[in-house]
Amino acid sequence: MKRFTQLIQQLETSNKTNDKIAALVSYFSTADERDKPFVIAMFTGKKPRRPVPTALIRQWATELSDIPAWLFAESYHSVGDLSETIALVLPPAAHTTDRKLHEWINDLAALNGKDDEAKKMFILHAWDSLDTQERFIFNKLISGNFRIGVSNKMLVNAISKQSDTDSNKIMHSIMGKWNPGEITYQELIAGAHVNTDNSWPYPFCLAYALEAEPASLGEANDWQAEWKWDGIRGQIVKRNGELFIWSRGEELVTDQFPELHFLRDELPDGTVIDGEILSVKDGQVQAFSILQQRLNRKTINKAQLKDAPIGFFIYDLLEYRGADIRTEPLSERRKLLEGIISQISNTDVAILSPVIEFNDWEQLAEIRKGSRENNSEGIMLKKLSSSYHSGRKRGDWWKWKINPYTVDTVMIYAQKGSGRRANHFTDYTFAVRDGEHLITVAKAYSGLTDKEIKEVDAFVKKNAIEKFGPVRTVKPELVFEIAFEGIAESKRHKAGLALRFPRIARWRKDKVAAEINTLDDLRQLLASTL
Amino acid sequence: MYPAMALITFTNKGIYCEQGGFYIDPWKPVELAVTTHGHADHVKWGNKGYLCHELTKPVLLQRLGADLPVQTLPYNKEISINGVKVSLFPAGHVIGSSQIRLEYKGEICVVSGDYKVEYDGISAAFEPVKCHSFVSESTFGLPIYKWLPQETVFGQIRNWVADNQDQMKTSVLIAYSLGKAQRLIKNLAGDIPIYVHNSIANLNEGFIRAGVDLPETIRISPDTKKDELQKGIVIVPPALADGKWMKSLHHAATGVCSGWMQVRAGRRWRAADAGFALSDHADWPGLLSAIKATEAEKVFVTHGFVSTFSKYLNEIGIPSAEVVTRYGNEEDEEEEILKEA
Repeated sequence: MKRFTQLIQQLETSNKTNDKIAALVSYFSTADERDKPFVIAMFTGKKPRRPVPTALIRQWATELSDIPAWLFAESYHSVGDLSETIALVLPPAAHTTDRKLHEWINDLAALNGKDDEAKKMFILHAWDSLDTQERFIFNKLISGNFRIGVSNKMLVNAISKQSDTDSNKIMHSIMGKWNPGEITYQELIAGAHVNTDNSWPYPFCLAYALEAEPASLGEANDWQAEWKWDGIRGQIVKRNGELFIWSRGEELVTDQFPELHFLRDELPDGTVIDGEILSVKDGQVQAFSILQQRLNRKTINKAQLKDAPIGFFIYDLLEYRGADIRTEPLSERRKLLEGIISQISNTDVAILSPVIEFNDWEQLAEIRKGSRENNSEGIMLKKLSSSYHSGRKRGDWWKWKINPYTVDTVMIYAQKGSGRRANHFTDYTFAVRDGEHLITVAKAYSGLTDKEIKEVDAFVKKNAIEKFGPVRTVKPELVFEIAFEGIAESKRHKAGLALRFPRIARWRKDKVAAEINTLDDLRQLLASTL
Repeated sequence: MYPAMALITFTNKGIYCEQGGFYIDPWKPVELAVTTHGHADHVKWGNKGYLCHELTKPVLLQRLGADLPVQTLPYNKEISINGVKVSLFPAGHVIGSSQIRLEYKGEICVVSGDYKVEYDGISAAFEPVKCHSFVSESTFGLPIYKWLPQETVFGQIRNWVADNQDQMKTSVLIAYSLGKAQRLIKNLAGDIPIYVHNSIANLNEGFIRAGVDLPETIRISPDTKKDELQKGIVIVPPALADGKWMKSLHHAATGVCSGWMQVRAGRRWRAADAGFALSDHADWPGLLSAIKATEAEKVFVTHGFVSTFSKYLNEIGIPSAEVVTRYGNEEDEEEEILKEA
């Protein structure tokens, strides 16, 4: 447990990926063999059954700390993490212990089925033998929620480095089905439980943002134009009867998107396609916010499948009949791709991303103005003669995005953030003018630098007018330009409209509250987009 | 705004003693500012007169001007101002920091400024003072803030420095120039040379002239060799933590020394390589023990977790009220000082 606690501290005290990977490599080189599979399971979100409910843990911690429940709640609010709050409020431990991580995990698992008294005895005794840092880890073991800024990709890279094994094989192996109590670290690396030869993806080809006018790209008919979709870039691999879905972050997300599993039967073996995972309803691309309901979930329920159905818009073909065709020109790859898609039964879910017909750049510029109606972010331009490059290469692929809408607003509420931002006011609510009144139009918590957040935080602390729990009403003085992607009517919002993806574009220190936009300005914008 | 008290009222200029005709730590210019300590949120420029502990004087002269009209007192010595007996007692916060004890017609009030109860080895140890009413800070007034004994924390810091030296990294401790810096110097001094930023070196000189027994340190100058710094311990104020100078060092590892480092969110917020929960403010048990020791009938809670802490005091039977002041922004203020300097 001490070695693992040390690892967590190292992971938390650096925000540099290289340092984190070095800490993980060192851990996997020195830790107890039986601990390692459990650590991999935890970091990849494989949760054991929770042995004790949160409410009980919280109740026992409050009792033991001899503080009123409201004070525990205030502490929790300030810390932003329950496991950590409990670790901090408990009285100092009377004993020490040097048990192994896997022993603690097994003991916790053994609590399932025991009565509350037995569970309480065990937990209280554990708390009394662990220091603050270890307690925090122990509490995390109970909850099983270990989010400490280690992505699957980072973990995989570290294991890959430590074991000198290809990272895609490791990714496939750890994303498979295995039980940390039954598999060894070596077996996991070797992928003994899966066949890692089938799954490997290609590096994604990425585009640069087009800053200049498209005329600078030369002849319009040398280029293929497509809509630029705002979803999750993905690669679908079908080999030897198995289907794998990789995300752009090189994570295996096959289980998250059951709608696409029919492709296992319909794509020929030796096929790899590149595309975008989007929320698609009746052939129409939905807003990214709908897709978000489907992301980073371990399990998908029926309601989510119904409310946020997904589809795959296919861009490109990378492997055809088992051969890597990435150096073939795009025009050729597209023809082969069309042939493959023509064999697919459900083209409402696996959809060929349409090519936009245009004669010259002026015409395409006109078409681009309609991007928002398709829930697209603009246009992708790909040279018809281009290869499918590894990563980003200037010249062949460009994204020609539309500019976001903006509105000047004043901040009227502020709330403390969570996690890293738990002690600063970082979540703000913004309003526009409506006659004599201010009316809320957006909430945003991103777009400022740490330095600006500190400045706003100091302003909030000095200028708070009222307090509603964690929310402060502040003097309407700070003007922010809010960028957003769309506007829609909304009955749920007092303003009668809602902004899509609002975020802080910049802090307008040059403006005063009297100069902000009005609700009428937004209504006009809404009318113009309908 | 708050119910009138026998001895002090809370005004928009600061804590006011009407009978004595003076203010304690005012934030707007007044005739006489009785000053608890030299942090910029507790003492401002522009008062006609200042009264403080003799070891706070060098700080004020340096920060506010060499010709500042400052009158001093040692601890435990009483003077009378318009019939109000005024004396200073150690607050244990930084060198020279004082609790201000006021007595008038048998009524005793103590304004504690900022304080901590653990002896830090360099500031006179906190002394509880019995009183009828007590003004307390609440910077760390939540039960999550419980400090480890400072020797344990200094042990952590020494290990960290040793690890850095093994890895050829330069150990840079981030600490307020007044208080935390001297505490680190006093407790870390030994075989490893300590290098300090100008703002710290200037304060140190003032303290040494005033008779404080402070170990020797080396002032960092443009000529200081980066190799030497790598072999030593570097102490700089928070305003320098993100600057260009830090980037010029050989693999700087930064260690923030602050009570906020107790919480993971605080550590991540500062994005330091290490966080050491070392505070010059009282922790939760410290605040409670200090307040109980005063036997005060009424406690006024200022800067910090004001409403939470005050509510808790009332629940455990200590009548308490929340007070709005402008204290509690040491960090911002210190950054301003550096910009001006």
